[in-house]
This record gives sequence, structure tokens and C-alpha cells, in this order.
Amino acid sequence: MKRNPIVREIGDFMLPAILMFALYVQFHGDYSPGGGFQAGVIFAAGIIVYSLIHGLERTQRILPPAAVRAGASIGLLVYAGVGFACLFLGGRFLDYNALLPHPEGPNNPHGQELGIFLVELGVGITVAAVMITIFYAFAGRRDDP
Amino acid sequence: MIVENLFNYWIVIVLMMTGFYTVVSRGNLIKKIVGLNIFQTSVFVLFISMGKIIGGTAPILVQGDTHGDVVYSNPLPSVLILTAIVVGVATTALGLALVVRIRELYGSVEEEEIHGMDEEEAL
Amino acid sequence: MNLVQHLPVLQVAVPLVSAPICALLRSSERPAGMLQGRLAWAIACGVSWAMLVVAWLLFEAVRDGGPIVYELGGWAPPWGIEYRVDTLNALVLLVVSGIGAVTSTFARRTVEAEIHPDSLSLFYGAWMLCFTGLLGIAITGDAFNLFVFLEISSLSSYVLIAMGNDRRAVAAAYQYLIMGTIGATFILIGIGLVYMMTGTLNMYDLAQRLPAVDHTRTVHAAFAFMIVGVSLKLAAFPLHLWLPNAYAYAPTAVSAFLAATATKVALYAMLRFAFSVFGPDYALHQLAFQHILLPLSVAAILVASLVAIFQANAKRILAYSSVAQIGYMTLGISLASVGGVTATIVHLFNHAIIKGSLFLALGCVMYRVGSVRLDRMAGLGREMPWTMAAFVVGGLSLVGIPLTAGFISKWYLVLAAVERGWWPVVAVIVVASLMAAIYVWRVIETAYLKPRPGDRDPVAEAPAAMLVPTWILLAANLYFGIDTSIPVGAAAHAARQLLGGGP
Repeated sequence: MKRNPIVREIGDFMLPAILMFALYVQFHGDYSPGGGFQAGVIFAAGIIVYSLIHGLERTQRILPPAAVRAGASIGLLVYAGVGFACLFLGGRFLDYNALLPHPEGPNNPHGQELGIFLVELGVGITVAAVMITIFYAFAGRRDDP
Repeated sequence: MIVENLFNYWIVIVLMMTGFYTVVSRGNLIKKIVGLNIFQTSVFVLFISMGKIIGGTAPILVQGDTHGDVVYSNPLPSVLILTAIVVGVATTALGLALVVRIRELYGSVEEEEIHGMDEEEAL
Repeated sequence: MNLVQHLPVLQVAVPLVSAPICALLRSSERPAGMLQGRLAWAIACGVSWAMLVVAWLLFEAVRDGGPIVYELGGWAPPWGIEYRVDTLNALVLLVVSGIGAVTSTFARRTVEAEIHPDSLSLFYGAWMLCFTGLLGIAITGDAFNLFVFLEISSLSSYVLIAMGNDRRAVAAAYQYLIMGTIGATFILIGIGLVYMMTGTLNMYDLAQRLPAVDHTRTVHAAFAFMIVGVSLKLAAFPLHLWLPNAYAYAPTAVSAFLAATATKVALYAMLRFAFSVFGPDYALHQLAFQHILLPLSVAAILVASLVAIFQANAKRILAYSSVAQIGYMTLGISLASVGGVTATIVHLFNHAIIKGSLFLALGCVMYRVGSVRLDRMAGLGREMPWTMAAFVVGGLSLVGIPLTAGFISKWYLVLAAVERGWWPVVAVIVVASLMAAIYVWRVIETAYLKPRPGDRDPVAEAPAAMLVPTWILLAANLYFGIDTSIPVGAAAHAARQLLGGGP
């Protein structure tokens, strides 16, 4: 599709907006609909649009498949890591109250905020990485004659 | 009156039966996955319809002093469905990957032909 | 900081973390060496044995102190998700982690022989995910959490099955995917309908709120959807069609692992939903689902045993035998008494050990001979004495000879049937045991009495690394056939709790 000027120009114009929107959705999950999964999918959709226009090889030079596969595991480890951090800091598993020093009372809103932030970040990384990996896996197959 | 108030649930039933029938009756492997997706989508609509409260607004805290008068829709079903959607995506991706492999190994994506090839091989 | 109080969550969180670690080992595009595969295997094996220790500690704690409750995230139920371990849970956890530990120890050689080195770490990653899912189903006290773990274990088992050598493994995995996803979606519909009526997802809370609404059609529909959905995962007749192909063509270690655990955990889910959530009063008296379950169980036992006799592939014989054994377990439930449910739970425990050991023995055969077709296995009794002896002992247990674990479960089942006065059921059990003796005898006769086929070279005995896990499970078979205090005691206690309407 590189040779089609309309698709190429609009795609190149929209791509930064799509990626920024993905980041917006990621970090505003507690104020508006959003969160890790939606953001990851939007991010991956942006990368896939780029790949459809400019070709798979160029995309794979920017986002090597090995790094993306590693990203999938790292996101899950971030999520579980937050859970274990809460465990080691004295609370239950995934008890975000334990993440930051307690100001007053049983609930710790700052701890909760930090916990959700990190957990959603892990989810977003994993979802984006998995979507892009699935795309690479399907698009990279040569058709046997 | 029954159709208007329960419109969502009628749609759920139509989609559920359409999807299920497609899975069961179609021999093409990709059509089966499409049917499975429609079936799962009907379940999503069922859950989300049950979460909406008449007169309720989006389940995000309204700023300012509300005197506790605001009616919120139930946020829980939406979150459950998010999880279920992710599961559905993973299942579809895995199913399609298996179909690609079956195509490479058998040369066909029709269930009867694959079954026939397996029967010939006999164990 | 006291780790012991966090045992319930460690049971699930540690395998969950080990899965991406195994997968991370396989990020790069370069061809993998054996070191990567060995490291992944070491992680999988180590974590499995550690989880067996955790399950045993939980079992002891529950036996001494009663149900253990763990709130995730510090949120009290019913708003938060809780992990609730009582006697039934603890027994199932013990079974799953024990089988996981033994089969992962066994797995190294066969997996290296059957799977491409590039995929080894990913294989063990999927194995750990399946392990996590099964443990999670057994330990959670929240209905939707159970659905999520069910899907985790199901998706990873589709992947594991599809990695088999034969091209039919991929077709079997696809069929299992379609049927399994329909089953899981039915369970989701059931959970949704029940949530609609009560407003809670916590199993204990549901049990308290459902009696007020259980005359409504919504709850009847929810029960039906859930039971049918679980029956699909359980391979109850006539929803068992995915099982023979999936178990026959999967990689050896995967067949052993899944055959001994996946359907048992689904049976646990049925017990949990039918008796703990909906209540024995509703399930057995109001809806009386045992009247549907009874003929289907009998059909499963007779038809599956009959089909098993005519198979020519040893793994398929064992797979159809599994369908029949699951029929025994649902027969126990349909007897609708404490004795019946006790027999079900005892058989859940024993069958896992029996099938596990039989599939491991066949795994040794597959490793040396390269095929499990009966005509290729002729004459193996002389060449692989220890392996075929293991198969003989496992087969005796499957038939139900005294001194083996299989006898104990059949005994309790017959006892429960006699207690109800249902003599035809006793006749069915006896006839099915005879049929089991026939198909076990077919394998033994081929191995010991027939000469080696001309086109097969003589093979050596299986390596010790594979024989030792097989014989560990066989020793467990014999041990639990003689000293039944742990499984029967726990099963009886769990059955009383389930049917007495306890928490």
C-alpha cells in the first residue's frame, strides 16, 4: 500500500495520534473508560496500520519480534511483581494499601493509585506485545504452493 | 411491550442461537470460529444489558457535592465482560493459528475432508 | 514476614510467575540449544514439586484447623475475591500438584524427543500456565475467578495438545478448542444469570442468597447451563467426543498430565457448583438432576468400555477407559447420598493416580518403540520388563483387583449403590469391570504372549529417569489400596460437608 498516496499520507498522519491516544487511554483508566487492555489494543492497532502501509520488514526493524515477545512476558511479570511486592511489604497479595507508607486510616488512596497504575501498565504492555506478536506470526507466514 | 422492554435480551437470544447453529452445522473450520465469536458476543451483550440501571449514569464518581443523589450503573458486569472479551480474543487467535496449521498439514479446511483423510490413515 | 499465611495465594501465584520466565528464555530468534530447554524443564519441575509441598501443607492445615480463607487484595468478601480451602479443595490440590510434580519429572526425555528444541521453553511455559489454571480452579471461592482460571487452563491445554508429533494432534486440539470454548461460555452464561438474580459472585455468598430466588426460571436456566458447561469439560457422555483424539495424539507427558488432572478438576467444579453454590436441596430434590445424570453415567460406563475393547491404539484404549471412569464418578453423584459422593471423591483421587501411572508406562513404551499401536507393542514384556510390569499393576488397579486403589473406589461405589438398594447399578459396575479386564488383557496379552513383529528391532528398557516417576505413581496406587485413611477420610468428610449444606 506504499504506492497509494492517500492511504500512505493519512496513515503517516494518523499514526502518532493513534499512539498518543493509546497512552491517553492507558493512563486515564480511572477517570474515563480505558485501562490496560483497551490501550494495548489501540497501540497494537496503530503498529499494524503502519505495517500494512509500509511493509512487515520495516516494522520488524523498528519493533524486533524478539523484543515484542519478551515484552509479553515482562508485562505479566510486572503485574505479578506488584502482587508479590504487596506481599513482602506486609499486606495480602495485591493489597495496594501496603505499597506506600500509611497516612491515616485503613485505606491508603495513594497506595491504591500507585498499585492500579503499575498493574494497568503491566496489562497494557502485555496486551500490546501479544497483539503485535499475533500479527507478526500470521503475517510472517509464507503461503506454501 | 415485551419486545420493547426486553429488546436487548431478544437480541441476545437471536445471536446466541445463530452463533451456536453456525458452530454446529458448518463444516468449514473458519466458519466455526466465526460462529463461536458470535456466540460469545451474545453473552457479552447479556452481561452488559444486566449492568445498566434505568436512569443510571456512567459508573464514574461525579465531581462536586451530590448529596448522594446520583444513581450509578453497575460497573462490575462491564469489567467481567472485559475479561471475557480478552478470553474470546485469545481463543479466536489460537483457533485461527490451529486452522493455519491444519491447512498446511492437511491441505484443506473442510471438516469432512480432514475426517476422511484421518479415517484412511487408520490410527 | 510469615510466608505460611500466604500459602493459598502462593499455590497459584508461583506457577503463574514461572510461566513467563520459561517463555522469556525463548525470546530471541536464534536457534535454541539444549540448555534453554533443560533450564525451562528445571524451572517447571522445581516449581511443581514446590507446589506439591504447598498443597500438602494446606491439606494438613485444613485437616487440623478447618477451612482456610484468604482475601485477595485485602478486600473482604463478598466484594473481594477470596480463596477458600476446605477438605474437598485441599484433596483436589494435592492430586493436581502431585500429578504435576511426577509427570514434569518424567517429562524431560519424552519432551526432548518429541518436540523441536526451539519450542521447548514455550512448551514448559504453556505447561506451567495449565498447572496454574488447574490449581486456581481448585482453590478459588469466586465463581467468575473460576471461569477465568478454567479458560487459562483450557487455552494452554489446547496449545499443549497441538504440539504433538502427529498431524492429527492439531485437528484434535481444534475440536477440543471448539467444544471446550462452548462449554466455558455456557458456564459464563450460568454465572451471569446467577449474578443477575443475586448480585454477588462469591460462592459462599451465592449459597446464602440463592435459596430466596431459586424458584425462578432464571436460576433453573443458570443451573442447566452450568451443569452442561461443566459436563463438556468433564467429558461426560455424550459430550466426550473431544477426549479420545486429544489424549491419544498429544505429546506423551501432556497426555499423562491432562488425563490425570483436567477432567478431575472439572468434576470438582461440578461438585462445587451443584452442591456448594446451588445447594444439595435444590440440586437433588427440587431439580433432581440425578435422574438425568444416572442414565448418562450408565451409558458412559457401558458404551465407552465397549468401544475401548475394539481399539487398536493403546492410548485410545486408555482414553475411552477414562470416559468410562468419569462415568463412574458421575454415577456416584447421581446416587444422591453421602456414600455416593464419597465414592465419587475417592475415585477422583484414585483414578488420577491410576491413569497417570498407565499413561506414564505407555510413555516409556512410546519413547523406546516410537509407537503405541498394539501390533507394534507385541513382545515388549520381555524387552521392557519393568515398564510392562508397571502397566500390569496399573491395569489390575483399573479393573479393581483387591489391594489396589481401583478396588477401593469400586468398593465404595458398590457400597453406596447397595445402600440405596439399586442392584442394577451394581450389576453395571461388575459388567464394566469385566469389560475393563478384557481391554487390559488385550494389551497384556500382546506384550507378553505375542512374538516381536519382524520389522521392529529389539529395544532396551526405559531409562531410570522415566521409570522412577512411573513406579512412584504405582507405589502410590498400591499404598492407597491398602492404607485408605487419607483419601477416604478426606472424601467422607468432604462429602458430608457438601451434602450437609456446610460452607
